[in-house]
Amino acid sequence: MAGKFNMAQQKVPMPERDPKERARCFQEVAMGYTPEQAIEEAGRCLHCKAKPCVSGCPVGVPIPDFIAAVAAGDFLQAYDIIRTTNSLPAICGRVCPQENQCEGKCVRGKKGEPVAIGRLERFVADYAREHGYAGNLEKAPANGKRVAIVGGGPAGLTCAGDLARLGYQVTIFEAFQVAGGVLMYGIPEFRLPKSIVQQEIKTLEKMGVEIQPDMVIGKILSVDELMESGYDAVFIGSGAGLPRFMNIPGEAQVGVCSANEYLTRINLMHGYDDNYATPVIRSRAVAVVGGGNVAMDAARSALRMGAEHVYIVYRRSEAEMPARLEEVHHAKEEGVEFQNLCNPVEILGDENGRVNGLKCIRMELGEPDESGRRRPIAIPDSEFVLDVDTVIMAIGTSPNPLISSTTEGLDTNRWGCLIVNEDMATTKDKVYAGGDAVTGAATVILAMGAGKTAAASIDEILCGKAQTE
Amino acid sequence: MFPIVEKKRLNDAVVWVKLKAPLIARKVQAGQFIMFRLDEFGERVPLTVADYDREAGTITLIFQIVGESTRQFAALEEGDSILDLVGPLGMPTEIPEGTKSACVIGGGVGCAIAYPQAKQLHAKGIAVDTIAGFRSKDIVILEDEFRSCSDNLYLCTDDGSYGTKGFVTNVLQQQLESGKKYDVVIAIGPVPMMKFVCQTTKPYDLPTIVSLNPIMVDGTGMCGGCRVTVGGKIRYACVDGPDFDGHQVDFEELMRRNGTYREQEQHVCRLHREGGAQ
Repeated sequence: MAGKFNMAQQKVPMPERDPKERARCFQEVAMGYTPEQAIEEAGRCLHCKAKPCVSGCPVGVPIPDFIAAVAAGDFLQAYDIIRTTNSLPAICGRVCPQENQCEGKCVRGKKGEPVAIGRLERFVADYAREHGYAGNLEKAPANGKRVAIVGGGPAGLTCAGDLARLGYQVTIFEAFQVAGGVLMYGIPEFRLPKSIVQQEIKTLEKMGVEIQPDMVIGKILSVDELMESGYDAVFIGSGAGLPRFMNIPGEAQVGVCSANEYLTRINLMHGYDDNYATPVIRSRAVAVVGGGNVAMDAARSALRMGAEHVYIVYRRSEAEMPARLEEVHHAKEEGVEFQNLCNPVEILGDENGRVNGLKCIRMELGEPDESGRRRPIAIPDSEFVLDVDTVIMAIGTSPNPLISSTTEGLDTNRWGCLIVNEDMATTKDKVYAGGDAVTGAATVILAMGAGKTAAASIDEILCGKAQTE
Repeated sequence: MFPIVEKKRLNDAVVWVKLKAPLIARKVQAGQFIMFRLDEFGERVPLTVADYDREAGTITLIFQIVGESTRQFAALEEGDSILDLVGPLGMPTEIPEGTKSACVIGGGVGCAIAYPQAKQLHAKGIAVDTIAGFRSKDIVILEDEFRSCSDNLYLCTDDGSYGTKGFVTNVLQQQLESGKKYDVVIAIGPVPMMKFVCQTTKPYDLPTIVSLNPIMVDGTGMCGGCRVTVGGKIRYACVDGPDFDGHQVDFEELMRRNGTYREQEQHVCRLHREGGAQ
């Protein structure tokens, strides 16, 4: 039996574009497995009975089953297996932090590297797309019930996909011109090509999900008006898109922007492409403040926009960085310079109010705080100035109050996050919520898990026993 | 898609368009704005809604041709459509309670936004004096419209080719010096004009509302590109405004930030003109 498994301790490597070449273009860095590589890697899965990998996946993909199909060379069947629980596999395979989820639980990881579940999921989804295979679009007969989804990001798309499969008539109300949320405006093209995101969304539309763009709920229609217009339930997946600033002197100068603004101009509005009208700041040297994935995305984008120097300015040490290891590694390979244990205190400007430096202070780590992380403490008299003309703030976001402030009975906590119970039900009847709107800025896959749970709860309350019997 | 149902040129540089947008028309109030995007390659640009017809499901926009996007918009004709129209955005103008008399001041194309304000105040039974300022006679717009909703209309031009010669602030100063009392002033126009109006009203402690026009991207509060400093605090014009207490606004900062992309904007314009798109 053991003979048929690939007992190599390492994952089959995935080809990547050369760092020097890729640091100046927006093409995808990781190039994906070939069919042969995928079959070889699939052979590393031991098909253990306990399937810990599945328990590590927030949307419960039947991982060993799809990997078995890959090992057998039946890639389209593998795609259908994944899609039974995951509507967006080409995306998850690319942006999930698998090391903390499915792969983190893989038995093979105890001795050597875990099975490359993310790479295999990505391969299967790409293979299906490239072969024009939309997958099994079977769904339950229409049940005559309508659900409105507010926000077309990962949470909303997942909730919509699951409900459509259960026979609901689903409409997504999206504030931007296209659905996708952070997948479109936030995560850059070189990590997640936008054409792939739109293709995944098209598959949902083929299942009957209707998308209405340019609809800012809370302004053009309220949640109550959605209910009055005949929707039986509403799911709010409006994300956490409100950027934070540091409130240090000089923040209003020309050349300071939020990572959200910088990335939206580049990704959603195609600002890097001269055929599109939206301008992007052209910088000589950039400081990106923060240590998360958004900071890495902004820094790597700034390099690709032609900056000579790009600095990450982070107040703790690299060990505490919330960004994925792989992103930090990629950023370093491409030439991003790290200023760790360093905190901005003032943004300097010239007589025209344009940024010409970032004054920082060195930090050291003290005792752990409530979060368990060691608290950064400023070292007296250690100020220095980074020579930059652009400062990008990537220090986090919080939920936009647009919906909560215009909807009676929808309670939020003190951070502005919607309050829900374990079924994702808000404090308002028939209104559910999930994703960053509930948790504050988190990950794509957690938002998808929340969308999935909410879909099940909505089904339970609208169709309930009738369907399970 | 949002079809243009009617279009006219108010002068060489200013265009008036009526668009079919029933859901926006149903909700929009004076002071609110929309973001438009003409086509797949377009940028998102904010414009304040100049008028609306809830029954016909239309909104009116009045804009000045200042760059590439407005030039392309101006080239569209009745029957053409624009790709995206998002709104209504921002907060409606809040008139202080108990207001009995107001002075509405419009500068240039800002008159397009001053007009719905005057109209709304007039409809509420508030006495309205309007001061409308233009560079010269050939760019005067909305004179009849203002006349129909103003108790007094003062027109002025920088060069004296029509109405009084001088700036809106000259007229305002005269009014205030002659003892005219207003409960509120609403000023809409170029940033320097709004700044000088605020300087004029400040000694009289006269509440002054301005409608700010910073650079915007999404218009829904998710990027902070439109942030302005008001009373020493950062505010987002797209969600907290665009109206603010003019005596609290840092106008110098707004002017600087509005110049962020000036070089690139000029570059794009030149590209297209040389390409013969004009």
